[in-house]
Amino acid sequence: MPVEVILPKVDMDMATGQISRWFVTDGQSVKQGDVLFEIETDKAAMEIDAPASGTVRNISGKEGVDIPVGQPVAWIYAEGEAYGSVKAAPSTSPLRGEAAPLGAGGGGDKAPSVPPTPAVSPPTLPTSGEGGSGKARATPLARRLARENRLEIAALNGSGPHGRVTRADIMAAIAQPSTSPLRGEVAPQGADAVDKAQGSALHPTSALRAAPSPEGEGDAVLKLFEQGSYDLVPHDNMRKTIARRLVEAKSTIPHFYLTLDCELDALLALRKQLNDAAPVKKTDKGEAPVYKLSVNDMIIKAMAMALMAVPDANASWTESAMVKHKHADVGVAVSIPGGLITPIIRKAETKTLSAISNEMKDLAGRARNRKLKPEEYQGGTTAVSNLGMFGIKDFAAVINPPHATILAVGAGEERAVVKKGEIKIATIMSVTLSTDHRAVDGALGAELLTAFKRYIETPMGMLV
Amino acid sequence: MDATPRELSYSQAIQEAMAIAMEVDERVFLMGEDIGVYGGAFQVTGDLVERFGPDRVMDTPISELGGAGVAVGAAMTGMRPIFEFQFSDFATLAMEQIVNQAAKMRFMLGGEVSVPVVMRFPAGSGTGAAAQHSQSLEAWLGHVPGLKVIQPATPHDAKGMLLAAIADPDPVMIFEHKLLYKMKGHVPEGHYTVPIGKADIRREGRDLTIVATSIMVHKALEAAATLEGEGIDVEVVDLRTIRPMDKQTIIDSVKKTSRLLCVYEAVKTLGIGAEVSATIAESDAFDYLDAPIVRLGGAETPVPYNPELEKATVPQVPNIIAAARDLVSGRR
Repeated sequence: MPVEVILPKVDMDMATGQISRWFVTDGQSVKQGDVLFEIETDKAAMEIDAPASGTVRNISGKEGVDIPVGQPVAWIYAEGEAYGSVKAAPSTSPLRGEAAPLGAGGGGDKAPSVPPTPAVSPPTLPTSGEGGSGKARATPLARRLARENRLEIAALNGSGPHGRVTRADIMAAIAQPSTSPLRGEVAPQGADAVDKAQGSALHPTSALRAAPSPEGEGDAVLKLFEQGSYDLVPHDNMRKTIARRLVEAKSTIPHFYLTLDCELDALLALRKQLNDAAPVKKTDKGEAPVYKLSVNDMIIKAMAMALMAVPDANASWTESAMVKHKHADVGVAVSIPGGLITPIIRKAETKTLSAISNEMKDLAGRARNRKLKPEEYQGGTTAVSNLGMFGIKDFAAVINPPHATILAVGAGEERAVVKKGEIKIATIMSVTLSTDHRAVDGALGAELLTAFKRYIETPMGMLV
Repeated sequence: MDATPRELSYSQAIQEAMAIAMEVDERVFLMGEDIGVYGGAFQVTGDLVERFGPDRVMDTPISELGGAGVAVGAAMTGMRPIFEFQFSDFATLAMEQIVNQAAKMRFMLGGEVSVPVVMRFPAGSGTGAAAQHSQSLEAWLGHVPGLKVIQPATPHDAKGMLLAAIADPDPVMIFEHKLLYKMKGHVPEGHYTVPIGKADIRREGRDLTIVATSIMVHKALEAAATLEGEGIDVEVVDLRTIRPMDKQTIIDSVKKTSRLLCVYEAVKTLGIGAEVSATIAESDAFDYLDAPIVRLGGAETPVPYNPELEKATVPQVPNIIAAARDLVSGRR
């Protein structure tokens, strides 16, 4: 009996995925565990292994198109098994867990008439009502709102009869960005509280109107330009995700901003001292120091220490309760081709500078190859975005929910400063803290930023 | 000066409309069974025979087909007859004249002739008049192009719509719920019209649209008052005309509330509720629906004589309240 290969759910909030590449062709023999294809999600690419050994047949999952999670994309036939024309079965029957009747195909020469049980455990559809059509139940209004807000109905839990998704569910999903199904990130610590909040939250309709409307908008823009004066580049998933998340974040989170100058000279001196003292180890390419700290590594640590010093600012907003985090999980914005991603240094307050530095190098490298696992970029309690390497003096960043803060870091540069009535030269770095006013008020944000400045200006504090 | 608005009963309002029309227009006259000295089966014509004489308030033989035929013929020759049925159930006897003659003439004669007849139908259950005298057949006639079919729900609308019907060049069928005849309400003096083909929003609300006809408008309003106490804000649309139906008002209302409940006394199946529901399903309001459309209509049975059973066959206020609660709370 052939084994079904489905498009698996590799990301907790994934409703559809794209196969970016097949590594096998129809009729090819594979062993269980061989890589069959690669899935591209919003933020990562992931390789999917063969669930069984045999011959790959009926590859129906096309590259580069959105495929619903759970849909069969190919079949694997055992050696010697007769190859019948198994259509890409609707995802319903396997999802309902119907095993193929034992009699079917028993003769060995008959094509199976019933899709076999899935080899990969199927994803649970929230709408697996008795209909079992695989199509989510939703009211027409909910469908329209989901369309306008780029939400995936199938990934929402409907509160209506038979799991029907209604306007209230969509509103809750929009109002609770951190749990909304296509959101990239859910704070693991906050998930419970956030779940409880869902459903009770009503959302101002103004935010709905602010959301981009998919239809018509593009035409209106194109009309402003002469034909042939531009190229159209279709959005990839990452671009869509970035656009949606930023609109949501900027239109639902009440941002305010605090800016402070930090003197870097002591930190730069300590960094040089520590890097000079780095032990050397032998590698394939010769000898290399076991760590090389960057200023950014020290900023990550300082931010984590500052959050520990001002724990009230280490929070996430939900409608029902404040989520107060016990550890500082610091997301670090990494620019990658076509977008950006924010891998997270977990419990950064507990890690040494060298550990943070090496972990960051590994995360950034894999981020650029889009090989991060979802758990490596989902959640976090704050974030750091550094554009100092471009000479940017100061900027304000958009909060990345469920965070309540994000620190925008400018370039360290020599500036004239006045000290005790005299003009001196000092290396100054301006930082701007963006804050979710629902979770962190002005004075609390100022306290956090002051604590950060203290660690930066007396960096020995980070070592103890 | 008008500190206390003048109140009339629904039947008085109709009588006043007929009297005003007869005063200003000599072509207007009344026909019907026992509408003269007896004053009409429901005393709607009352003493009009004394004011206008038997030539303009004419008793007809007990033949609805014959009476309707005379009325249609008179209308074709330029008169403005108002023909009263004792019970709307007897429309069945006059179907040939209503459906095959009155509704068709303008079309079949190339617009050379119109049939400005008004037919009045006391309709509905609740009077213990049993199966042959209690039906609501408005949808039957609403199915026929060439007719206009109205169901005023208040004394004000009864007078204004009847005057509009008399002025209308085409046959207009008025269904008057028998239980409304004694209902009192503000009725302005003198001549005024309420347009045919225009629904009325009796109560504005956010959470649910109830489209109701005739007496169900009042039951819906009563239900809405109770539901308001539960935080459910109901909009009540009085359809008033079932042909031509004011679709835009329904569509706009459903777009606002996202939920639709149709309440009508006629048998539920193949009725006005289906038409209203389909109107929404076919319109751009579809994308605004946040719950299934629900119809409350009459039971699939001849109206029983037993008063309790009779009540049970048509939607009552508690039924409307329950349906509205289910819709708004997401239980449906």
